[in-house]
Amino acid sequence: MATTATISKKSLWGGGAEPFKASYGKLMMWFFLLSDAFTFSGLLITYAFLRWSAPQYSGDPHAFTFSTEYWPIPEKVYEAFPGFHGVELPLVFVGLMTFILIMSSVTMVLAVEAGHRMDKKGVVKWMLWTIIGGFAFLSCQAWEWSHFITGTDTATIGDVVVNGIWKENYEIFGANLNFNQYGPPAFAALFFFITGFHGFHVFSGVVLNVIIFFNAATGLYERRGHYEMVEKVGLYWHFVDLVWVFVFTFFYLI
Amino acid sequence: MEQATTNVQVIPVDKAKIWGIWKVAIILAVITAIEYLFAFTMEAGMLRTVIFIGLTIVKAFFIVSEFMHLGHEVKGLIYSIILPMMFIIWLIVALVNLEGGAIKEARGIVDYEGNGAAVEHVDEGH
Repeated sequence: MATTATISKKSLWGGGAEPFKASYGKLMMWFFLLSDAFTFSGLLITYAFLRWSAPQYSGDPHAFTFSTEYWPIPEKVYEAFPGFHGVELPLVFVGLMTFILIMSSVTMVLAVEAGHRMDKKGVVKWMLWTIIGGFAFLSCQAWEWSHFITGTDTATIGDVVVNGIWKENYEIFGANLNFNQYGPPAFAALFFFITGFHGFHVFSGVVLNVIIFFNAATGLYERRGHYEMVEKVGLYWHFVDLVWVFVFTFFYLI
Repeated sequence: MEQATTNVQVIPVDKAKIWGIWKVAIILAVITAIEYLFAFTMEAGMLRTVIFIGLTIVKAFFIVSEFMHLGHEVKGLIYSIILPMMFIIWLIVALVNLEGGAIKEARGIVDYEGNGAAVEHVDEGH
């Protein structure tokens, strides 16, 4: 690499020079993430389009009740916390999830930083914290999903199709892909699809992190002379965090 | 490639660099706290939505620029990532705000005011 500065323009075509001064793997990871960002943008555009063309609740937020006729206020949907049954804690649990994911992103940066210093112990330590953070987030999501599917104590009355039969004034608990107690069918369908797709990204990120953790712990990268794999998987992990920032805004805040 | 290096030199920790990482984390936490503040004190509306999306883009900037290190890469790489995303953001604004609203109007969908009364069909033609 020390010869890069002295390479003449002619010899650039002969190879040996890195485009954008980034290695092949890192560059391809960036372009993969760009394409993945397109996928998530497509999902978020669909969400926002359906939401903004659906009837909204414009009355007093305190008098809000769930109905299949209009889009729910997110604070009223996501207000449960494990162990606090019946207590209204709007957005507290999702705040915890956001905190966990941001913290695991920070520990990932620290792992990459330790890799730059060839500090094997540091990489192993911070990778382990990152994996723990990933598992914590996935566990939170599993709980959130099961709560979302099971539903609250009070049913929502609506007209729905159950097993192909039209039923009027049906008591709806929880959510499935056909109908849900919180709002129009699209609300739960989009929730499952977008948070599920993100959760699957988190899951594959955790798998990658575990592989990197073992490779670092067994000294593979030390023998290789650099910790670039930590950096590349780190890029993916930060991307997962980045997508969550957007999902958090669009699903839980707006 | 995989030759054994027996004595690996561990470079000592640069305290300023570590503090820089934590500073970004604190900024992200503070912005999230501000978002919560708006969520609980401000009434839902166009302005609040714009504030939320604005703060989200600020958070995204810090994650991409610092955590993903894009801010320290070559200009060409920065633009090849940022420019496509700028077009996507334009598409989001165009589809959501203009298309979604136009479709809603064209279908004659009206918002529910909510007076505590039982909800009847909001849209008859639906």
